[in-house]
Amino acid sequence: MFKKAKKFPLLVTTLAMTVVLAACGSGSDSTGSGNTDNTGTKLSGSILAVGSSALQPLVDQAGQDFMEVEGNEDITVQVQGGGSGTGLTQVADKQADIGNSDVFAEEKLDADQAKTLVDHQVAVVGMSAVANKEVGVTDLTQEQLVDIFTGKITNWKEVGGADQKIVIVNRPASSGTRATFEKYALGQSAPDLQGAIQEDSSGTVKKIITETPGAIGYLALSYLDDSITAIKYNGIEATVENIESGTYPVWAYEHMYTSGDPNEVVKAFLDYMLSDEIQDTYVVDLGYIPVKGMQVVRDAEGNITEK
Amino acid sequence: MSVANTDHAHKPRPKREKHYYEDWIGKIYTSICVVFLIVVIISIVFFVASKGLTTFVKDGVSPLEFFTSGNWNPTGDEPAYGALPFIVGSFTVTILAALIASPLALCAALFMTEIVPGKGKRILQPAIELLSGIPSVVYGFVGLTVIVPLIRSIFGGTGVGILAGCLVLSVMILPTITSIMADAITSLPGGLRESSYALGATRWQTITGVVIPTVLPALLTGVVLGMARAFGEALAVQMVIGNAPHVPHSLLESASTLTSVITLSMGNTASGSVHNNALWSMALVLLLMTFIFVLLVRLLERRNRV
Amino acid sequence: MKPKTVDRIATGVIVTFALAIVAILVGLLGFIIFRGIGHISWDFLTSKPQNLRAGGGIGPQLFNSIYLLILTLIITIPLGWGAGIYMAEYAKPGRITNMIRLVVEVLSSFPSIVIGLFGLLVLVNTFGFGFSLLSGALALAVFNLPLMVRTTEQAFRSVPKAQKEAGLALGLSKWKIITSILLPVALPAMITGTILAAGRIFGEAAALMFTAGMSSPPLDFTNWNPFSERSPLNPMRPAETLAVHIWKVNSEQLKPDAAEIAAGASAVLVIMVLLFNLFARWFGRFVYRRMTAAKRMD
Repeated sequence: MFKKAKKFPLLVTTLAMTVVLAACGSGSDSTGSGNTDNTGTKLSGSILAVGSSALQPLVDQAGQDFMEVEGNEDITVQVQGGGSGTGLTQVADKQADIGNSDVFAEEKLDADQAKTLVDHQVAVVGMSAVANKEVGVTDLTQEQLVDIFTGKITNWKEVGGADQKIVIVNRPASSGTRATFEKYALGQSAPDLQGAIQEDSSGTVKKIITETPGAIGYLALSYLDDSITAIKYNGIEATVENIESGTYPVWAYEHMYTSGDPNEVVKAFLDYMLSDEIQDTYVVDLGYIPVKGMQVVRDAEGNITEK
Repeated sequence: MSVANTDHAHKPRPKREKHYYEDWIGKIYTSICVVFLIVVIISIVFFVASKGLTTFVKDGVSPLEFFTSGNWNPTGDEPAYGALPFIVGSFTVTILAALIASPLALCAALFMTEIVPGKGKRILQPAIELLSGIPSVVYGFVGLTVIVPLIRSIFGGTGVGILAGCLVLSVMILPTITSIMADAITSLPGGLRESSYALGATRWQTITGVVIPTVLPALLTGVVLGMARAFGEALAVQMVIGNAPHVPHSLLESASTLTSVITLSMGNTASGSVHNNALWSMALVLLLMTFIFVLLVRLLERRNRV
Repeated sequence: MKPKTVDRIATGVIVTFALAIVAILVGLLGFIIFRGIGHISWDFLTSKPQNLRAGGGIGPQLFNSIYLLILTLIITIPLGWGAGIYMAEYAKPGRITNMIRLVVEVLSSFPSIVIGLFGLLVLVNTFGFGFSLLSGALALAVFNLPLMVRTTEQAFRSVPKAQKEAGLALGLSKWKIITSILLPVALPAMITGTILAAGRIFGEAAALMFTAGMSSPPLDFTNWNPFSERSPLNPMRPAETLAVHIWKVNSEQLKPDAAEIAAGASAVLVIMVLLFNLFARWFGRFVYRRMTAAKRMD
């Protein structure tokens, strides 16, 4: 009897534990962590913001300041990266309180899911085509940009620059930055070209463009400096004034989505994000443009209206 | 045979009553540990497979297209999910990295075991272990700041691509391969070597004629395990390979691997979308490849035993 | 060519390549440490990072790396040693043992990104652990366990047969033999193996980005209550480790001195791994000496 029983417990426990695990897996529900124990005017609770890694430094910094504001000692703000897609999914599934995103939710989620989310636009990010310093071009028309990014033009001399092969430094197809650039600068989607470099992070994109002869790519305004050439778009420079007035079209909102209307704690934080304390300091420091300065408004379809 | 069989006489029978519980507690405890391992692996396979198969079952992507089409365009007007470029990229960097690292590793292993056994080991062993301790992020960082500009200045072009990827990987897998090879050669009975020398063979003749043929399966085990590591490495490769979703025409052209496209796009896509599911399918391919590598190792070990 | 000449040439080639490997290592370490050493200071090691401005350090990240390592070991040591003992002492050769061995081998060569994604799906979302040290430690345990099982099994198998037989002759139970005869002998090798395996945790980033998260909440280093939200010991808080921090700084940071911080953090990470390896060896030898000395006294 001793011998027969030997393998038995091993098998049974294995099976049992697997079943338990699978059962846990099927009931995939998790509660949002923003509980509002509202006692008087003092707020308490925790906020979890997940998503866009580009937006993370801003929200993280704002969150740390927010926790130091008087009366907020019992609030904790956690900010995670992970990408816009992760952020939107997590907030739609109520696993996070705020989903940070570089794009409108409609562009990532299906319509039903996107409808449940409430958009809070906290900043505007402008983008510019940038090139290696040696290419000898400082201005490109929309058409020329399209021809470059679709592979019709392959040498800088065709657009009046040096005799250098064009090296495209793109973003992956899933990137919000790329979606913005294609939608508002090119006006069409561009294919992934053979041999084009793709990098997800702005830091790496900048490094490669700085070092590689003939490289072209696009970056948020905050990354522009003397090591690369910012290229004018149809003769218009990517400046804060041009974006605010609506003359320069390549920009996008930074979104902080909540599932339904935010609870008290989350609302307090979102209000804080939009307060002058953040908008006039960190938003500007990070190269974003405060939403309040914008003279135009853009919806998810890309229609622009005067404010 | 003069040796008497005395075994049966002295075998002590532990008193079951006294030790029964103590023994069972030990047995149950260790069994639970093992069961935990099995549960972990079953659940990993289960979750990855259930996500990865959704692409084919629910989203209607044809597996044939997934494995044979070179057209990867998940965000286009007509989405296409051909993962061939990534599969080709993964295999190319892995095989090239193994081709670069294996001879180097063999030299290091021979140096440690055959040429200067005592001192060589004392110098190389810590060096090898330190190499394996360097984090992959740091490898990627060094690759991007040293190897990519170096390739650019020698061959022109952008510097990123398969070549940069496999150079970084070959340094990364060097320690794995070397330590397994060195262990294999050390475990060789000394008599074999001595009889070869006694027959007047030189050291090199001994190495090529006796040592390497005898431990060849074990040497190959090291190579396969190194390849398994290279196949699964994500961050370092993604930083230097360029990530274009196309089958490259040359080693200097931007290319992708399964791991690089997963790290690049997983966070940016919404969970549940076809694009995201296709990435899980690639994770499933990675998983299956791990099984294949391990089965290869087992096959080699079986030959080693014979 | 004479065999002697061939032998000399071949030896030359082998020695050259072996030295080349040492040169690669020295070059790599030199490069990393040389680039970063200028940035390392006491302040850099202890202060918290700045999101926007220049300056700031890696204090919380350093703490997180070490704390995560400890948490992982708390999870893996009982499980890994237990499973290793099972494999060495209880498993009978057969199909099931064979299968378990396969499981261990497969687990140890899983791509870390797959483990990370699995962690995100199961630990972070389904189990609701969130981005936390606990999720990270569990994900790391998956890497760590197979290595630990293997070293433990090897350590037990290398104990001389005679010692075990002596125990059997005394009529001791199997569990008693394992814990009081075999374990002390195997322990030094187990400890060295465990620490060496744990050293890899420092460098892991791909799996942790999806499980332990990429940010650290503000920590109150005077609060050591593990259940308090701002305590550094709270296992349910998100934690960015040093390796993840390097990845983040390299890719998305706008700080003017991001490159120097990445270089400094890389140097710290590499030095930490070096020290850890040295410590593992010393500690293994130390335990061995204690154990063997103790036995002689008996």
